[in-house]
Amino acid sequence: MSKDAVTFTIDGVEVKAKPDQTIMEAADAAGIYIPRLCYHKDLLPGGHCRVCTVRVNGRPANACTFPVNSGIVVENDTEELKALRRDIIEMLFVEGNHYCPSCEASGKCELQAMAYRLELLTPQMPYAWPKRELDATHPDVYLDRDRCILCGRCVRASVQLDGKRVFGFENRGAQKRIAVDSATGMGDTDLSAKDRAASICPTGCLTIKRQGYLTPVGKRPYDKVPIGSDIEKKQAAG
Amino acid sequence: MAEDMRSLVNQTVERFGKDRHRLMDIARALHARLGYLSEETIGHTAQALGIHRVEVRDMVSFYSFFSRKKQGKTVIHLCNAVVERMKGADAVGRAFERELGIHFGETTPDDAITLHHTACIGLSDQAPSALINGIPFTNLKPEDVPGIVKAIREGEDMLNMPQAEVDSNVRRPGEVIFAPMERGAAIRKAINMTPESVINEINKGRLRGRGGAGFPTAMKWDFCRKAKGNAHYLVCNADEGEPGTFKDRAILQECPDLVFEGMTVAGYAIGAREGIMYLRGEYEYLLPSLERVLAKRRHLGLLGENICGCEGFSFNIRIQMGAGAYVCGEESALLESAEGKRGAPRDRPPFPVQKGYKGEPTSVNNVETLCCAARILDRGGEWFASMGSRDSTGTKLLSVSGDCEHPGVYELPYGITVKKLIDMVGASDAQAVQVGGPSGRCLAPKDFGRSISFEDVPTGGSVIIIGPERDLLECVRQFTEFFVEESCGWCVPCRSGTTILLKTLEKVMEGRGSRSDLANLEKLGKTVKTMSRCGLGQTAANPILTTINGFPDLYEARIKHEEYTPAFDFKKALEVGCEAAGRNLELEGIHV
Ligand SMILES: Cc1cc2nc3c(=O)[nH]c(=O)nc-3n(C[C@H](O)[C@H](O)[C@H](O)COP(=O)(O)O)c2cc1C
Ligand code: SF4
Ligand code: SF4
Ligand code: SF4
Ligand code: FES
Ligand code: FES
Repeated sequence: MSKDAVTFTIDGVEVKAKPDQTIMEAADAAGIYIPRLCYHKDLLPGGHCRVCTVRVNGRPANACTFPVNSGIVVENDTEELKALRRDIIEMLFVEGNHYCPSCEASGKCELQAMAYRLELLTPQMPYAWPKRELDATHPDVYLDRDRCILCGRCVRASVQLDGKRVFGFENRGAQKRIAVDSATGMGDTDLSAKDRAASICPTGCLTIKRQGYLTPVGKRPYDKVPIGSDIEKKQAAG
Repeated sequence: MAEDMRSLVNQTVERFGKDRHRLMDIARALHARLGYLSEETIGHTAQALGIHRVEVRDMVSFYSFFSRKKQGKTVIHLCNAVVERMKGADAVGRAFERELGIHFGETTPDDAITLHHTACIGLSDQAPSALINGIPFTNLKPEDVPGIVKAIREGEDMLNMPQAEVDSNVRRPGEVIFAPMERGAAIRKAINMTPESVINEINKGRLRGRGGAGFPTAMKWDFCRKAKGNAHYLVCNADEGEPGTFKDRAILQECPDLVFEGMTVAGYAIGAREGIMYLRGEYEYLLPSLERVLAKRRHLGLLGENICGCEGFSFNIRIQMGAGAYVCGEESALLESAEGKRGAPRDRPPFPVQKGYKGEPTSVNNVETLCCAARILDRGGEWFASMGSRDSTGTKLLSVSGDCEHPGVYELPYGITVKKLIDMVGASDAQAVQVGGPSGRCLAPKDFGRSISFEDVPTGGSVIIIGPERDLLECVRQFTEFFVEESCGWCVPCRSGTTILLKTLEKVMEGRGSRSDLANLEKLGKTVKTMSRCGLGQTAANPILTTINGFPDLYEARIKHEEYTPAFDFKKALEVGCEAAGRNLELEGIHV
């Protein structure tokens, strides 16, 4: 089969893709940014956040798992989708407890950066103010569930990249939370600070101890450019 | 003691072939023996299966019938869904609390009895209802409660209690489902045809799925048959959890043979050797009689090897019990659950017909659909298609409950109008009719001329009558609360969006809302509908959206402010701090 077997459009732009790619992979390769939070290029997709929702021939579908197909018409950068995605980001802010100014992840946090990119000003939805448990039992890694968005990256990374099973989910609905593979705390798991799972969190939920706030304000990844710029740069260059 | 538990765990895990896919059965068996699943039990189970503790906890923490705290010897689950509350469940609940001296969610000090609320248990036509250690109790009255509690305390056989009775309540049998059929008649017809012509016959009947989505059954079987895999599976969806639905219960009580007949025909058509019936945990009381029917059919050669003498056609059926989760009715969540995991739906594609149970091609069909299929084989597709309406052939089972004189199960040809139906069930004065359960739509009297069919008003079977005296918005609130409780939590718009919908609705109902809150309800409802991962989230805003549309005045009447009003209650927020600091702002003359 030829390498570029499939052709379709995203917002009217023609995109070529390999037949086994997802819309997200094809868009990335073409330098078109589809907003996302739970997706990570080194992991199998989880389908949690739905921020990557696009319209495929008019119907909503999440780009990170939806396979490409010849001739499909994909809408991505539309006002409608931007508003829908912004609603999701807003939900994430009111669902957890986020105090950006004092957060170690500020400036490199993908949730915060996505809020800026999608122009979410102040959340207006009612806050949940949940009581969430902090886990500081590990010598080198913090788990601050207040900032967890349940993207499942740590769960997948531990299995798929580290060959372990440190993280999992627990409970359902609004009570769903990140759990660790021990009867006590994260300190009793086989997590190492060197594991990919320990540093793949998009927010400030999983952080490495004793190296907070190292990058000065102004030099942090999203201080100068919006999230997604790395992918869009390819298009500008190409 | 600890050693006893460890050996029980080991034996149980052994009994299910140390198969990780059977974790649901293992957890159910351990829960039945121990009364709860402690962190210690979870650890031992993981060890015995050679998997991680976090995987076992992930699964057991998902289902509402599994407790991780010690519970009483007897566990009472009282249904508190909308219909129950119409019929006085609150008073029954208070009577239990009074009699036991505990609140819901608690256990009596002597560790004897635990009291829980639960969503619809499929007995809405005999409300108020409860499950007591799995045994169904119906038509409860507050004055029954002392006797029931006394019987529990004295260790009597609960099955002997007069309230421990379930009427199948078939008010109107039809020709497709509740008609007699000789055992094996459909199978014998099928095996004299090629699988392709069996599918063709179903296609002639233009049969569409009865579980909600209405997908053409012949097409599903054809996709599944043609999909490549190491094995093919047939799954019967008996998870019936949509509030107000109890028609599959009536089938499983009245004609289980017809369902198994349909499963076997489907197995032949798609090339499956194994069929699984996924039965909701709430219906465990039906299990013994279902197992007896299966045993009988094995004995008659209608299941097993070379069925009815057909060389090479082997098919077996096992029943997989659930453990209390509405979302497991969604076909991909059902498959996850049947594989011993949390019931989280999958992203599609791939569809179950491509990658289903254990990753192999699987056809998931509703109980009623499979009955229709068996009947079509027996009486022909043409005969079937002569009944019903343009795009909806055959009959449909409707479970009618709520404010009506004759609640129960009705088998009626598709196309019947809502008006005719409510006259038939004795509810001509209905304020509204909720068709399809909370995930369906709420019809106002102006819509009563519409017809029950795929092309007009579809339903999986639930019809809830809301009488003229009811507070409709309170029903909407309870429906929305149902989705909050049943959301699996996998994706953001449903996990978080349903809670926000509920809060905003409550703000409006309490008279604290403004016009912008109404606009927000609609906007947010649309977001949850569009962005959610599975059918649960995609329909969770329906109670709100369909009533804003059909009953705008109800909402208007609650709006007291034109301008924006904050959701944040400043006074309330300060209370905690004031209490801790021992301050009284009013006495201090500070006004907030
Ligand atoms: C939240 C949710 C709950 C569902 N519950 C059921 C159910 O209890 N029984 C059922 O047959 N289908 C249910 N469905 C539909 C199934 O996903 C699936 O479409 C159906 O079992 C297919 O069978 P059919 O083609 O015979 O209708 C549910 C769907 C959703 C989204
Ligand atoms: S995790 Fe991100 S969004 Fe949350 S407080 Fe930290 S910087 Fe802000
Ligand atoms: S801890 Fe981080 S990576 Fe893990 S689920 Fe939460 S937000 Fe995602
Ligand atoms: S829509 Fe709701 S039930 Fe469905 S996957 Fe998302 S959270 Fe789970
Ligand atoms: S990135 Fe696709 S669902 Fe999160
Ligand atoms: S059994 Fe209570 S509403 Fe269905």
